[in-house]
Amino acid sequence: MSQLQMEEPVLPPRIELPALEKNLLEVRALKNYFLTSMVWVLAVLASIPLFSVIYMLIVQGGARLDVEAITALPPAGFEMGGGFGNAIVGTLTMVGIASAISIPIGIMAALHLSILNPSSKIATVSRFLAKVLTGFPSILAGVFVYAVIVITTGTYSAWAGGVALAVLMLPTVTLAAEEAMKQVPQKMKDAAFGMGCTRTQVILKVVLPTALPGILTGVILAVAGAAGESAPLLFTALFSNYYMGELAEPTASLSILIYNFSGMPFENQLELAWAASLVLVLLVLFFNILARVVGRSKFKE
Amino acid sequence: MNMQTDTGEFIAKKYEPKGPVVLDCHVKNIFYGDFRAVRDTTIPIEKNKVTGFIGPSGCGKSTVLRSMNRMNDLIDSFRFEGHIQYHKHDIYSKKVDAVIVRRYIGMVFQLPNPFSMSIYDNVAFGLRLNGYKGDEEEMVVKALKRAAIWNDVKDKLKNSGLSLSGGQQQRLCIARAIATEPDVLLMDEPCSALDPIATRQIEELMVELKQHYSVALVTHNMQQATRVADTTAFLGVDISQGGRTGYLVEMDETKKIFEDPQQLLTKQYVRGEFS
Amino acid sequence: MVYNPFKEASSDKTLSAPPSATDYLKDTVFRSFAYFCALSIVLLVAYIVFELGSQALPAIKTHGLGFITGTTWDTNEGVFGVLPEIWGTLYSSFLALLLGGFLGVAIAIFLTQGFVHAKFEMIFRTVIELLAAIPSVVYGLWGIYVLIPLIRPGAQWLHDTLGWFPLFGTDLSGPGLAPAALVLAIMILPTVAAISADAFRRIPYKVKEAAYGMGATKWEVILKVMLPTASSGILAGLVLGFGRALGETMALAMLIGNVNNISVSLFAPANTLASLLASTFPEAGQIEIQALMYAALVLLLITFIVNVAGLAVQQYTMRKFEGKK
Repeated sequence: MSQLQMEEPVLPPRIELPALEKNLLEVRALKNYFLTSMVWVLAVLASIPLFSVIYMLIVQGGARLDVEAITALPPAGFEMGGGFGNAIVGTLTMVGIASAISIPIGIMAALHLSILNPSSKIATVSRFLAKVLTGFPSILAGVFVYAVIVITTGTYSAWAGGVALAVLMLPTVTLAAEEAMKQVPQKMKDAAFGMGCTRTQVILKVVLPTALPGILTGVILAVAGAAGESAPLLFTALFSNYYMGELAEPTASLSILIYNFSGMPFENQLELAWAASLVLVLLVLFFNILARVVGRSKFKE
Repeated sequence: MNMQTDTGEFIAKKYEPKGPVVLDCHVKNIFYGDFRAVRDTTIPIEKNKVTGFIGPSGCGKSTVLRSMNRMNDLIDSFRFEGHIQYHKHDIYSKKVDAVIVRRYIGMVFQLPNPFSMSIYDNVAFGLRLNGYKGDEEEMVVKALKRAAIWNDVKDKLKNSGLSLSGGQQQRLCIARAIATEPDVLLMDEPCSALDPIATRQIEELMVELKQHYSVALVTHNMQQATRVADTTAFLGVDISQGGRTGYLVEMDETKKIFEDPQQLLTKQYVRGEFS
Repeated sequence: MVYNPFKEASSDKTLSAPPSATDYLKDTVFRSFAYFCALSIVLLVAYIVFELGSQALPAIKTHGLGFITGTTWDTNEGVFGVLPEIWGTLYSSFLALLLGGFLGVAIAIFLTQGFVHAKFEMIFRTVIELLAAIPSVVYGLWGIYVLIPLIRPGAQWLHDTLGWFPLFGTDLSGPGLAPAALVLAIMILPTVAAISADAFRRIPYKVKEAAYGMGATKWEVILKVMLPTASSGILAGLVLGFGRALGETMALAMLIGNVNNISVSLFAPANTLASLLASTFPEAGQIEIQALMYAALVLLLITFIVNVAGLAVQQYTMRKFEGKK
């Protein structure tokens, strides 16, 4: 190892340092190249599944996606043609029910957690449980709602499916809304309080409007997640081969249709499963992009 | 005599060092993207002396200091013109590995920045990085003693470095920087985040440290420069061309700079007429 | 005189009037409602635990702890045991964690340690977020028709040449642990990557600067300083990712084979608690439903423990850099 030439000896013991000149073949340099190329490879590797899924959706699902597919009823066994119009309606309906239940409760709960009484015992406990609930297996929401609604009413229904999805959306909405409300600067709230507003007025006129983009982002992402869920619908909404007549009867959904058709030995059903997947992913993507667009407007002000 | 560039810009008279020079710094230009941060600044860092850098904020004193161990390479838009001679090597030569430069030329930063590991591991970090084969413990103890923090931490070497007070953290960072016996120690306003008592301790430490190391010290505190520095470089800001370009106004022995400066600008600055 | 914009509506009062009794009433009602909503989350969790518990009670009384150690699930005989499902749940999640955790941490490093330009970093982060947005059932479909045919030749080769090794002890006849664990790994990767990246971003810049100032190379900085400093955050990501994997249902129900089987072989079919629920529940009779409720309770307990552990570690990480100079 070529040591630096010193004009005078430096104090002993001087530890042995590498030469100043670059040496591309040194272990240190080689290790750097190796690890850097490694993370690149891993990063590319991790994105392959996404592109593969998208490719399959476009090629397999796109081939079958037409007006009939999104309007007709699911075909039986050897029947040709058909579609999943009732499943689209069912998914949208149940996500709508879930949103109507979970969004108001979630936002109100977030108000309590972020502004009204952030350090109270109830706030601490419900914040913690909301976090636990976000990691809660979604199928358990189905089991719970089965026990509470399906057994009680004696029928699978859109209601039950919607409530099961609401159980999953509630913690997500609450935590996202809380986070957005916490971002509202204290000085804004102080200004409003200083003008003699009650807490409710401060919330309605200052906090909510300011935090709105952030809240919307969280809410829309929760909706996107609910739209893609299937496990909680399996035995709450079940499935139906017909268009929904009322909310208190078994209801079709895109995700359950994909699940049911994926195991069938018929080419026609399989094609429809891919087409339904494409529609479902487009729906979820639409909400994701919407959330991003809404969220971005937050910084433009 | 002072000189001028081709375009008529002021260039300070070269300071003639009295002793051997460890790091001979000739900055022609330093750019961040299109922004010209520093121009025409020549500062020799003498062996076993403390060289102080003073000047108004934005004069580029930290930028020059950080160029001396190529810390500025971490900033993408950074561009250096000139040369910095370390013994017989130009550290900006294409052949030189910036990473290794920093092992010879250590640095202490404005904010204390110990790693989130034990006090002992903090100091041993550089030794392990260089695969030091000798008695690691001995080197760690020596560094802690030289940094005047040994008595504070000798009973709690396994505690986290973050558990210390601000002044202690800064001395720990100094111990970490000197454990590998670097030639030069660059200190970038090391006391700016500390209280007066801790500042005093670090200042005394710097005077001690120059027995073993050559120190370059950036400070915003003129009293600190008079107390610690052997030579002082005063940098000014040139706003004549619309930008804010720092440049060397005058460099001399500290006493001379503060008592008998040759430049009017220096005189005004050391009298506290602007900052 | 203070101008109060909220008083404009009620014109019969002067501008400086304090909030009226109605305002105070509204305020109280509003706040009580918010309080009740916050409380409802607590009540919901309590209700879930209570409801699952009481539904499972008959099965708990009948089968006791033998339910957890039993290996047979036979409706006709009325014998129910979920040991194979517990094994399958833990084993598939563990395999997913090995792969997804490794990839997730690597991606967190890739995104936060200056390997890519900020613009590309945004794109890549979006790709990873989209990975999390794809519905589970779509991954299941993809797994059946893309992943299984893709890995089958490799699995066959491994079994043929290294069949004596327990991991490759069986043939991949279709669904099985390997495809299930691979898809699970893809699904937990975004969780691990997001939480780990957050842990890296939380490290103050001055720490990185100190490491570079010591003359560390880029990778020495990452491996010797950034990674240990972020370790508790990464651990939280791994534990929470593991929790996600434990509860994942649809993709597993479609890919794991739903066979009551305890095997270490990567290619053997298996079952998990969640996919047992998904595949058995819709056609179950009353006795079996009670047993399934018991299984749901076991799943709830396992995921609860794992998630609380993960959250505790995450909490610890967040405090680590706060309140200290």
